[in-house]
Amino acid sequence: MRSLWILLFCLFSLPALSGGEKVQEFMLDNGMKIIVKPDHRAPVVVSQVWYKVGSSYELPGTTGVSHVLEHMMFKGTKNVPPDEFSRIVAALGGSENAFTGVDYTAYFETLSKKHLERALELEADRMQNLLLDEKEFQREVAVVREERRLRTDDDPNGLLWEQFNAVAWRVSPYRNPVIGWMHDLEVMTLADLQQWYDQWYSPDNALLVVVGDVVPGEVLALAKKHFGPIPPRPRKAWRQRPEPPQKGPLRMTLRVPAEQPVLLMGYKVPAMVDAQDPAEIYALMVLNSILGDGDSSRLSASVVREQGLAVSASSSYDPFSRLSGLLEIEAIPAQEAGLDDLQAGLLAQIEKLKQEPVSARELQRVINRTLAARVFARDSMFYQAMLIGMRETNGYDWRSLEEELKHIRAVTPEQVQSVARKYLVEQGLTTARLEPVSKASTESVTDKPEKAAKGEKKS
Amino acid sequence: MKHILACLVMLLMAGQVAAMEVQSWQTKGGARVMYVHAPQLPMVNLRVMLDAGSARDGDLPGQARLLNELLLEGAGKWNADELASELESRGIEVSTHTGRDMAQITLRSLSDKNILTPALDMLAAMLASPRLEEEAIARVKERTLAALRQASQSAEDVADREMMKALYGDHPYAHDPLGTEKSLEKINRETLQVFHQRFYNQANAVVALVGDVDRTQAEILAEHVLAGLPVGEKAPPFPEPNPKKARALHKDFPASQTHLYLGMLGIHRKDPDYFPLIVGNHILGGSGLTSIMGEEVRNKRGLSYGISSYFSPLRVKGPWMLSAQTKNSQARTTLELMTALLRDFIDEGPTQKQLQAAKKHLAGGFPLRLSSNKKILQQISVMAFYDLPPDWLDTWSSRVEQVTRAQIRRAFRRRMPMKHLLQVSVGGGK
Repeated sequence: MRSLWILLFCLFSLPALSGGEKVQEFMLDNGMKIIVKPDHRAPVVVSQVWYKVGSSYELPGTTGVSHVLEHMMFKGTKNVPPDEFSRIVAALGGSENAFTGVDYTAYFETLSKKHLERALELEADRMQNLLLDEKEFQREVAVVREERRLRTDDDPNGLLWEQFNAVAWRVSPYRNPVIGWMHDLEVMTLADLQQWYDQWYSPDNALLVVVGDVVPGEVLALAKKHFGPIPPRPRKAWRQRPEPPQKGPLRMTLRVPAEQPVLLMGYKVPAMVDAQDPAEIYALMVLNSILGDGDSSRLSASVVREQGLAVSASSSYDPFSRLSGLLEIEAIPAQEAGLDDLQAGLLAQIEKLKQEPVSARELQRVINRTLAARVFARDSMFYQAMLIGMRETNGYDWRSLEEELKHIRAVTPEQVQSVARKYLVEQGLTTARLEPVSKASTESVTDKPEKAAKGEKKS
Repeated sequence: MKHILACLVMLLMAGQVAAMEVQSWQTKGGARVMYVHAPQLPMVNLRVMLDAGSARDGDLPGQARLLNELLLEGAGKWNADELASELESRGIEVSTHTGRDMAQITLRSLSDKNILTPALDMLAAMLASPRLEEEAIARVKERTLAALRQASQSAEDVADREMMKALYGDHPYAHDPLGTEKSLEKINRETLQVFHQRFYNQANAVVALVGDVDRTQAEILAEHVLAGLPVGEKAPPFPEPNPKKARALHKDFPASQTHLYLGMLGIHRKDPDYFPLIVGNHILGGSGLTSIMGEEVRNKRGLSYGISSYFSPLRVKGPWMLSAQTKNSQARTTLELMTALLRDFIDEGPTQKQLQAAKKHLAGGFPLRLSSNKKILQQISVMAFYDLPPDWLDTWSSRVEQVTRAQIRRAFRRRMPMKHLLQVSVGGGK
């Protein structure tokens, strides 16, 4: 619960969600956007409230504040006592949670359609009435520090990804982890949270996405009733901190107690937002799919199966992030293969993309997979809402989802080759290696057969 | 003879009735099929499950999973590259998973005949005639060794394994499906072929199917997928695991947190105490932050990020585990708190208020469990594999509603006595 989903770095080639009933879009007078997609297969509804704020909005010294605030959003308002939010939704037979990413913070409820209004009422309440209490904050930020230990500090792969991003980006806020640096979590104050809440939580910075067994007009009426009275809040424009051009390859090595080496590579590539030519972005999406998405991709077929250099190798690229990002490759070497051999094998595949046009068959595979994925996406109400929410919150129109296939069909082998030559260059490459050091401590098992720990009576 | 059963699950909400019909029959070879017609989306989700999980490994831990993974690495007329390419070029998704009880292979495809027919041809070949080429075996072993290394660098995985070993001793559930470095060495093409011949047959298989195919098509389709498998013989039942005496194990691990596990033997799929124990556990630690554990350990004290308990019902008694993780200096306090809360719950059971809240959550949330084809597939897969009655989903909510405080208290006292409580901690320092 109160989970952290670092989605930006693992999403790629999102399928569109056309088909089914039409998506409808509304705007309240206070600037809050409402998007509704009816899906009548089950008497259930998914409601998601998205805020345009996440770790990429944060400043040095208070990293992680978006995510801690997400946790605190369950800790009570003028009308709802701490932790009661979850109990209310549970009593309605619903489930709720929230997630923070680099570019967004989102809150959701999944429940029977007859309870949609209660979910909207609760969300509207905590959009404006959050009570930030010092004691609740101290406990919750301790929980977040435990979360950081679990996901990052004690997880060699988590640590590797964190360091990789910090090395790849000098200035871009994508250098900071969503969960925040440990020291920032240790010195964070209630005032930091209050300021963050006041700055970003208002209807004009929020989006409501509802997918399920609903009538769009009725959702609009409920949204008007509950979110309509909340006043918008003018805010200063977020100040860009663009990444200066990279002038040569960057490398890092992580040596921690671990067993399994890992290799990460990332090339600086544009996102749709800063694309000189949108066609380049679709060419990069196709390139990514051919290179490293799936069991029949080149990395799997060549580097894993033919050459035996890796037990797994894949790539990912999310062109619909708010700021430009990376095309990433993650590979786990086979035992006999060194990281140098593996890296050479991966670079050879990059080189091949530059030297030879991809085949018509490979292009067709991307199109067919995208087609099928569009249908599969419609099986999950939650996922459909996610796709819309991410696009909109990152600054893109949700209709871009529906146009994706058309653009992917138009990509030519020459375009793929051209973006490979332009962007997959050493100048923009960051490489990170996990080189395990053996665990110093003993692994002896101490057996105390007498009794389990004596428990205290709960207070 | 064809045994036909059909059952209607009614989703009664706000005056609207959405009915979902679960149909069941047997293939000519004797495999049970469970099917739901879902014509709304042009797709099919299909799962074949075999009583060929890691508990069938015998003296070669890891072989059930290795074989299951090898289904994707070449079968019939397709080698590994061709299989991957033929599937993905049609947007077909196939994945495998091996648990203690079952080895499963799951397919998702568009229902367009030009796509679904080759999809099922390939699935049938994967089940009946995996190639088991030496190169592929070596490759999957390599991948498994990497997974073992990744698991050994995770305190959570280490703790989980130690708990299963402690709970099950020499029972076939004790070892991890991945196997060990040593056992993997001993597995080869011949042992895998023997395992395949023994357990991959129709008597040992069940099929679950949801999608845009009508009943007649579904019957043909299920026959087709299993056609290459011999009729064969059902695998024998497992022995009942014996409860162990309470003890505490600690393993040093270079980490900033200690992972804490409490465990006991839990329930099997047709357990008479199934509902009281499941509802009770929901209150104790199964409902996230609204559970007793979530409330006391995390909300009130901020000791752990993840805190939960769960039963994994299996063919014979599966594990019950309660786990949390906290910085090393708080490990003892946290473990003592968890133990005390558990003891109190076993002694006293839930309050009426807690029980009411749990029922509202579980019964009220039932439609959420069937809100996508993927979720429906999951539900009917369990029903098919464990031979649950066809009205299982129909009666589920009312059986939850019928559970009383006294039943929960009695079930926990009888089935979960503290004298069998095992404790595993992994962590402690750099």
